[in-house]
Amino acid sequence: MTRSATPGVAGAVGDAATAPSETGFDARLYERFPTQGNRPPGELEALKKVWETPTGWRAFSAVNNNFIGFLFIVTAFGFFVAAGILSLVMRVQLAAPLAGIVPQETYNQLFTMHGSVMMFLFAVPAVEAIAVMLLPQMIAARDLPFPRLSAYSYWAYLIGGVVFFCSIFFSLAPSGGWFMYPPLSSGVYSKGINADFWLLGIGFIEISAIAGAIELIVGVLRTRAPGMTLAKMPIYAWAVLIFGVMIILAFPAMIMVTFLLELERAFNWPLFDATRGGDPLLYQHLFWFFGHPDVYIIFIPASAMVSTMIVSVAQKPLVGHEIVVLALIATGFISFGVWAHHMFTVGLPGLSAGYFSAASMAVAIPAGAQVFAWIATLASGKVQRNVPSLFLVGGILIFVMGGLTGVMVGMVAFDGQAHDTYFVVAHFHYVLIGSMVFPLFAGFYYWTPMINGRQLSEKVGRWVFWLIFVGVHVCFLPMHLSGLMGMPRRVDTYLPGRSWEVPNLISTVGAFIMAAGVLLFLIDAIRCYGRKGGNGNAVNVFNGGTLEWLATGNYAVRSIPVVHDLEPLWADARLREDVEAGRYFLPGTATGVRETLITSSSRAEPQYVQVMPGPSWWPLLAALFTAGFFLLLTVKALTLSALCGVLTVFCLMRWVWSNDRHLPQKQVDAGAGIMLPTYVAGPQSHGWWAAVLLVITLGMIFMMAMFSYLYLFGAHPDWWKVAAPRGALVPGLLLLGASAGLAYAARPLMARLKRGSGLSAAMMTLSMVCLVAALAVDGLDWWNAGLRGDASGQGATTYAMLAWHGTIVVTVVLSAFYYLARWIRGLAPGPANKTLEALRILFIYAAIEGAAGLLLPRLLPWGGL
Amino acid sequence: MSQPISSRSSLAEALSGWPPPVLDPHGPFSNSVTTLAWVLIALVAVIFVLVCAAMWVALYGSDKLRAQLGGERVVKWFGLIVPAGVLFVLLAWGTTMVAGMTTIKGDELRMRVSGNIYWWRVSYLDTAGNEIHADANELHIPVGRPVVVDMVSEDVIHSFWVPKLGGKMDMIPGRTNRLKLQADKAGSYGGQCAEFCGGAHSLMGFVVVAHEPADWQRWLDARLAPRSAAVPASAEVLRGSQLFGEVGCAVCHRVAGTAAQGLSGPDLTHVGSRRSLGAGILPNTRGTLIGWIGDSQSIKPNNRMPAYRSLQAAELNALAAYMESLK
Repeated sequence: MTRSATPGVAGAVGDAATAPSETGFDARLYERFPTQGNRPPGELEALKKVWETPTGWRAFSAVNNNFIGFLFIVTAFGFFVAAGILSLVMRVQLAAPLAGIVPQETYNQLFTMHGSVMMFLFAVPAVEAIAVMLLPQMIAARDLPFPRLSAYSYWAYLIGGVVFFCSIFFSLAPSGGWFMYPPLSSGVYSKGINADFWLLGIGFIEISAIAGAIELIVGVLRTRAPGMTLAKMPIYAWAVLIFGVMIILAFPAMIMVTFLLELERAFNWPLFDATRGGDPLLYQHLFWFFGHPDVYIIFIPASAMVSTMIVSVAQKPLVGHEIVVLALIATGFISFGVWAHHMFTVGLPGLSAGYFSAASMAVAIPAGAQVFAWIATLASGKVQRNVPSLFLVGGILIFVMGGLTGVMVGMVAFDGQAHDTYFVVAHFHYVLIGSMVFPLFAGFYYWTPMINGRQLSEKVGRWVFWLIFVGVHVCFLPMHLSGLMGMPRRVDTYLPGRSWEVPNLISTVGAFIMAAGVLLFLIDAIRCYGRKGGNGNAVNVFNGGTLEWLATGNYAVRSIPVVHDLEPLWADARLREDVEAGRYFLPGTATGVRETLITSSSRAEPQYVQVMPGPSWWPLLAALFTAGFFLLLTVKALTLSALCGVLTVFCLMRWVWSNDRHLPQKQVDAGAGIMLPTYVAGPQSHGWWAAVLLVITLGMIFMMAMFSYLYLFGAHPDWWKVAAPRGALVPGLLLLGASAGLAYAARPLMARLKRGSGLSAAMMTLSMVCLVAALAVDGLDWWNAGLRGDASGQGATTYAMLAWHGTIVVTVVLSAFYYLARWIRGLAPGPANKTLEALRILFIYAAIEGAAGLLLPRLLPWGGL
Repeated sequence: MSQPISSRSSLAEALSGWPPPVLDPHGPFSNSVTTLAWVLIALVAVIFVLVCAAMWVALYGSDKLRAQLGGERVVKWFGLIVPAGVLFVLLAWGTTMVAGMTTIKGDELRMRVSGNIYWWRVSYLDTAGNEIHADANELHIPVGRPVVVDMVSEDVIHSFWVPKLGGKMDMIPGRTNRLKLQADKAGSYGGQCAEFCGGAHSLMGFVVVAHEPADWQRWLDARLAPRSAAVPASAEVLRGSQLFGEVGCAVCHRVAGTAAQGLSGPDLTHVGSRRSLGAGILPNTRGTLIGWIGDSQSIKPNNRMPAYRSLQAAELNALAAYMESLK
């Protein structure tokens, strides 16, 4: 007896009938699902076995998103608690005027660490961690596309974060505020290695965030369940996509600014030193070009968590789904145009202040649209009264308050008074707590049953909510007033007789009320997660409609369903049963190892079966040595640091070594007799997408370097004293052209010629040599012209560009040797292999970057031509 | 010489937090910001109440009300169209206001304040921008006349902020920002560094003193009058002036008309007439002078002045007496 098509299959087939296929996949094949009959015995067991998490001490080699995602969330929350404890010490110190609880220097370290840890070690990693955990489940992928990269970025974050945090116990913590403005953070005013620890900690977060972002973007675009077109993709997946894109566009500014600050501190290059043609405002522009989008990087995924949970507690679809998606995109877009509203008091020209004010107002509009979409959704359904809904409603109200005071400080004239006072402290705590912390707590209560089949206590949860909710207002509401009363932020104490005592004392009480709520939550969480005896059996207690509620094991879903609804579980009552019975794609393991289904980016048509790497020690070891490298560099142990650097490179190479492998089966049955390839190279492959995203990131970083060059020239042209040498122009461009050309030609030659494999390896090596030679020609040209890095802003930015390009060249050199080694071992076969595809993108990019760096200072009018 | 504002207790008044200085303007620029602030506060309160009401309806309202609220129309109108309109009006108003506060005509009085770790160098300028008088930590202005103050920094970034007179302005190395300042009533107005500048940022205050125009002119004329070599009023003051050179004060501090010409610390030529010590943090008395000279580090940790713990009580007294005599 045949069943009529399920809503997902019917929807996907119907949709395919109205639009041409993206990949040539015949959507009518979906009609084979759900399949009939019993699955072969042992299939589920085999699936379970390949996805098993190693036990005991081997668990540290696990790479699955469930495992890593969970550790990631716990660690991020740990940093939240730790940074919160720092703030309690601060609140005690400020409870009374001239209190002597902590010395001045310690206090300055405390607020610097509180801000840095909350922003860099809690907020960004926490939303990323939840995405690592939740995204694959929600789009029915077995795992994220690069599980070892997740593991590496987690371990790098953990080790870097812990080392960074521990600096506070040795009075080695930075003390310049979380945005570390120079000149205060420069070598002159911040001697000692405290500021370097900040740069170290931030460096890890940058690596971890970029790695996570690339993986999540590829995850959203390439691993969705078949039939889940962009229009039918959960709002949370949209948010993760925007989050990832924003990270790869915004973090480059942060990477460049920390790189420049470290160059200034280490080599005395006056990038931000106004006495030698640098400019402190360059730092502020770069920092906030990152820093403001960063707020939305945190807000966007968290707001999509709210949208997801609101749908569940209202038991109705999101009102204005399209508007909300557009609002998220608009928010991400506008947020790149508002950075200078952090700089209204630096003396911006009136016109640009007006522009940034307008943009800052504009960003309030999509936020308002989301809030009303949530309220409308709640109104359209019958709201379930539970702890998640409490946190959702409370969070929305807190966020609205923060958003409204945000409009106030977006007014240039009012900001002149409010900027750098406790009014602003109140404003951004309301925003971040309302838009991120409350949704996070709501998420803890909402998704815990998905993780361990148990619920956090609803009874305790109400106490947790009311304590935190009341505490937030008692703590932060009076801060608006203390700001209007003239209290600047970042003061370790204040004089008596200014009437600041009362609001400060109230704030301190509020901080402890909040802390009590968090403590209560911790106790309940430990009780819930620490209970012995395996997982509970609470399944989808909130009746959520999205696919994460189908997940049952490390492999996510037993079989990957065809879906074409925003809430597939509501659309198809039998979906769970069919998925569990293996009636959809990949009901077992088709290749005998870990695998997931790669689908096309827009219409999610199945393309191939990706073989995934399993547990491995290399990501952990690579992270350890990366930590060692940066840490030893910070304490100036150069030899050991270099050793760690070499070991890091070895571990990274060792780990990717086994990733590019051909299976004996070129094609496998992905379910219902649908045959899909197991090895794909080139633009179809997910690895190629990752390589392109990486190159976009690198390109953004280099654009920031070029921006720095132009900015300093514009601000201090009188320090441009060395006429640009032109000797390197022709040989440099020829070498770079050869480098790009060789890398480009390596692939077609490999594909066409019989001995193309060896030839392409040789060409890649030669391409690398040309790139190195071009860098040498460029650098020597400047050196011989008499330009020195420590002499002027011109020297500092010119060599900074070269230095950054140098790190890319080093990467290319290592990659060339890596590829050569693979060829020698016979692992670089033609006609195409993934390694070559990815590397030639990098090589060509490096040549373009080299050309940009060669031309910019030489060709523009002031270059002496 | 007449002191138009005589009361020392005015220091406490200057730095008072109640009524909140941002909402208690004493000049035309702060006045318009205060109007804006009240409008914004009212607007924000109304919007917040409306959102709360909508939320209440969504959770507890009757089915009919909820049905009206639960549609895309609400999102479009209240989430997009109304906010866009309100923000546009606000923006237009705010932008014109800023233009009025920042336009410099060129006939204003000119002064300069330079941020230093953790004090303020003050210069009175002629129309060409040359310094005609140097002072520290206290800025004297005439009532009713706009003053353009050049904002510069000699080390890290600081920010100059007198909430009763208007918004703040950052002092950034390598740049000169300009802040228009005007008081409409005689009195002293406290301020504090608003941009974190390291160690003792929290104890970096200052005072702006507004005089009636005639008083201000008299005050400035007196300051500009050539200083005759003062005859020490007492043996103690004489001893103090000698110690000033001997123990090293003169290396960093200047006293006009004497051999002390150090420039890295605050100018002390008129320290005796200042309202405060330690950059706006202590009243200026014999006792606080002694305490500051003997051990400023315990009062304001990490300030640039070393503690002189080796000085005897009599020596500290003599130095303090000398300071007091520098009116």
